[in-house]
Amino acid sequence: MTGDIVPEKPVRDAIEVRGVSKIFGAGEGRVAALDDVSVSIRENEFFTLLGPSGCGKTTLLRLIAGFDFPTSGQIMLHGEDIAPLPPFKRPVNTVFQNYALFPHMTVAQNIGFGLEMLGRPKAEIEARVAAMLKLVQMEKLAGRRTSQISGGQQQRVALARALAPAPKVLLLDEPLSALDFKLRKEMQIELKRLQHETGITFIFVTHDQEEALTMSDRIAVMSSGRILQVGGPRDIYDHPAERFVANFIGDTNFLPATVLSSAGGKARVKLASGIEIDAPLPAGFTPGSEVTVVVRPEHARLMREASTLNGTVENVVYFGTDTHFHVALDQGRGFVVRQQNARSGEAGVSAGDRVGIFVGDGAAQVLKD
Amino acid sequence: MASAGEGRGVALRRTGFSVKRQTGFGVIAWLCFFMLYLPILTLVLFSFNADQSMAVWGGFSFRWYESAWHNQTVQDASLRSLQIAFIAAILATVAATMAALATTRGRAFRGEQAAYAMINTPLIVPEIVTATALLIFFASIKVSTGYTGLGYLIAAHTAFCIPFAYLPIRARLESMDLTLETAAGDLYATPWQAFRRITLPLLWPGIIAGLMLAFVISLDDVVITELVKSGGQDTLPTYMLGQLRRIVTPEINAISTVFLLLSVVIVTLFFLLSRQRS
Amino acid sequence: MASARDFAESAERQDVRRRWALLSPALVIIFFAAVGPLFIMLVYSFLQKGDYGGVRWAFSTDGWFSVFFQRDIFDDTLSFADAHISILWRSVRLSLMTTLFTFLLGFPTAYFIATRPEKSRDIWLFLITIPFWTNLLIRTFAMQEVIRNEGVINTALLWLGIVDQPIQIMYTDKAILFGMLYVYLPLMVLPLYASLEKLDFRLVEAAYDLYATRFQVLRRVIMPLVKPGIIAGSILVFIPSLGAYVTPRVLGGGKNLMLGNLIELQFGQGRNWPLGAALSMTLLALVMVALLIYARQAQSRSLRHG
Repeated sequence: MTGDIVPEKPVRDAIEVRGVSKIFGAGEGRVAALDDVSVSIRENEFFTLLGPSGCGKTTLLRLIAGFDFPTSGQIMLHGEDIAPLPPFKRPVNTVFQNYALFPHMTVAQNIGFGLEMLGRPKAEIEARVAAMLKLVQMEKLAGRRTSQISGGQQQRVALARALAPAPKVLLLDEPLSALDFKLRKEMQIELKRLQHETGITFIFVTHDQEEALTMSDRIAVMSSGRILQVGGPRDIYDHPAERFVANFIGDTNFLPATVLSSAGGKARVKLASGIEIDAPLPAGFTPGSEVTVVVRPEHARLMREASTLNGTVENVVYFGTDTHFHVALDQGRGFVVRQQNARSGEAGVSAGDRVGIFVGDGAAQVLKD
Repeated sequence: MASAGEGRGVALRRTGFSVKRQTGFGVIAWLCFFMLYLPILTLVLFSFNADQSMAVWGGFSFRWYESAWHNQTVQDASLRSLQIAFIAAILATVAATMAALATTRGRAFRGEQAAYAMINTPLIVPEIVTATALLIFFASIKVSTGYTGLGYLIAAHTAFCIPFAYLPIRARLESMDLTLETAAGDLYATPWQAFRRITLPLLWPGIIAGLMLAFVISLDDVVITELVKSGGQDTLPTYMLGQLRRIVTPEINAISTVFLLLSVVIVTLFFLLSRQRS
Repeated sequence: MASARDFAESAERQDVRRRWALLSPALVIIFFAAVGPLFIMLVYSFLQKGDYGGVRWAFSTDGWFSVFFQRDIFDDTLSFADAHISILWRSVRLSLMTTLFTFLLGFPTAYFIATRPEKSRDIWLFLITIPFWTNLLIRTFAMQEVIRNEGVINTALLWLGIVDQPIQIMYTDKAILFGMLYVYLPLMVLPLYASLEKLDFRLVEAAYDLYATRFQVLRRVIMPLVKPGIIAGSILVFIPSLGAYVTPRVLGGGKNLMLGNLIELQFGQGRNWPLGAALSMTLLALVMVALLIYARQAQSRSLRHG
């Protein structure tokens, strides 16, 4: 709704996951790594699976790659069930978390490996390897052993190797997690560029919410083997559907509230402080329901006078670009307000001050639970 | 408080206090190395003695090497030792490589522990026990089939060499990154291609190490060979064991020295191989 | 939906089948040429002895009986088989002593190696490994060269005038002990080194910081931390010592037998296969007991730390 572009041609699904479960172990030690997951990933999309470790995102990736079999459910690639195909027959390639570069081969041999296995003619392989080296700007290091190049360069080789056979879908399993901060930022941009240039569907797995928000066309937030919400970055951030999503992505304030009335997806809710505000409301709530309202720290404003919420400043934490004010609300909860540090020397609020917090219309969001 | 701490620090620096030092340990260690090498060096030294004596030095000479070289029994025994060691080591290494692949890949399966225990039993059971058990078993086969060839020795050697070959191969496989094979599969390599192109090249140092270990172990065996061999099947060690009952001449030293040299060369190669890690 | 599960299950089954196939050559060889014959021997220990070696196929407990007892030929009275008991006792005693002495010598040596600079450590370790991989018979023979009456030690002592007659070491229990100490020392040093190498010397620094003396650091910090290595080394030395055959045969002469020689004797001159089989089984049982104690130790350790 916010950032969605209307496609010129009808989009096909690159990958469709239908009711997939994956259960490890049996009896007492039985763990459902994936619990009835369904999701469609469109063609030419940069799609991110986001969640904490152990949420099942890597398992889903491995099922798509064919390294594991689902316990039940189907995985379709361009409308075709790929469940019976072993990994070496799937037109899907993976960039591994630790890159998994073959240590006994050169950079060029690594990149050419997939095409060689496909039995392509030598000339074609050479041309393709050269093109790939150029794509990731590694022409000079073609003859090096993979142990003789830096982490960032290994990352590029891993990308080139996975892209060389021109897969229909590229799977990336936390590929940036081993890089330092600055390199990671560079590679984020690089990855976006590669996706744009190659037009290949990227499925990207990460636990880093910022990475997900900056790179993705769409994000699926996962927890405990389930997909909680699928949507564009803005969608996920501004309209989290569940408490987990709101909590996992960005900082959030949770406030208990009661629904007073609702009409056309909008509702009037009454906060514990007695103040009433307007907030978008998901379907299925009737007046009188107890709900949780979330407010992003940067969507609230600190006031000198009494406002929507009132309390006492407990802590002021300086972050350079902005400042966090930890306020103890009069109703006994904590609330964080983030304000940008516009200019230096601004007369600040300090601990112990009485303050008001203004929550404007549209700043609050009602959660589904 | 602060001055006391400082004083202690100064004192430590002045006495050169080392946290790793333990009084007398260095002396005992040197003694140990001396004790380990004195007999071996004595043995080597007297192999070059011109005299028949093994205590009195009578000048430098190669005469015992010559006499050993021309000794037909020694020649036969040496060739037999090498022949058995070659065949047994190769068979053991192939079997051990296969077994190591089966026990280091994929999820644990029912019976894996038992198989692992079985492979390692030759390391646990005292050699004399295995030797007598084989004596009983092979004796009845010899009677019923009439076959008395080297097959028995080769089979026995292969069996006790397997766990030794298995050790370095398994260690190598375990330290290998499993995602490399997964990655090969992802890049359209069939399981066989992945094995040929990725696993095997990376496993070679382990296999060679296993082969050499097995070779040395087979070459060194005395007890099982002594009890299992049929008449006229002496290997070099059993020949030497028989000789020790008689009056020994430095010829034994000469044979031992050559044997020793072979072991040292193989162990050195093994050592260099196991140091070279990916 | 069921098809996905079927597919996963059949892939799993196929994988397990393939792995058993890979295991089978090793298992078959070891079964036929190492483990299986042990069962045959167990059977033989319950048979009657043949007149010229071998067995007669009739059930008998004579073999087991004569491991511990002997019947007087004339008055048929029972008494303990003194010869066997003393050999058994010598085997256990010498093995325990070998274990103790290899530890007393091996621990400082392993510690010494582990505290060398990282580069030279490998060289020291290599020096320990060389004797370990050289032929046991040759090493025993080399030991004989050193301790016999005309050997290096006695020649040196005579020359120095410390003794006026060579000390008789050969063909005594001492000779066997020296020999086993010599041949099994590397088996103690290697596992001790493996433990000591992993020792975190910051813990030692912490102990010194808390006023421990060198000996207290050794007893209270280092030794408890490397206990797994101590136990592993002891087992690695004790088990082959108990079954030693070559060393007592060469250095002990004909008189000072150990269990291994007694067993071999029954299959050679003794011509009493059932007794030999029963003795073999006894030795195996002793080894199993030692291993069981080891496993118990290892398990309780892993329970405590796991």
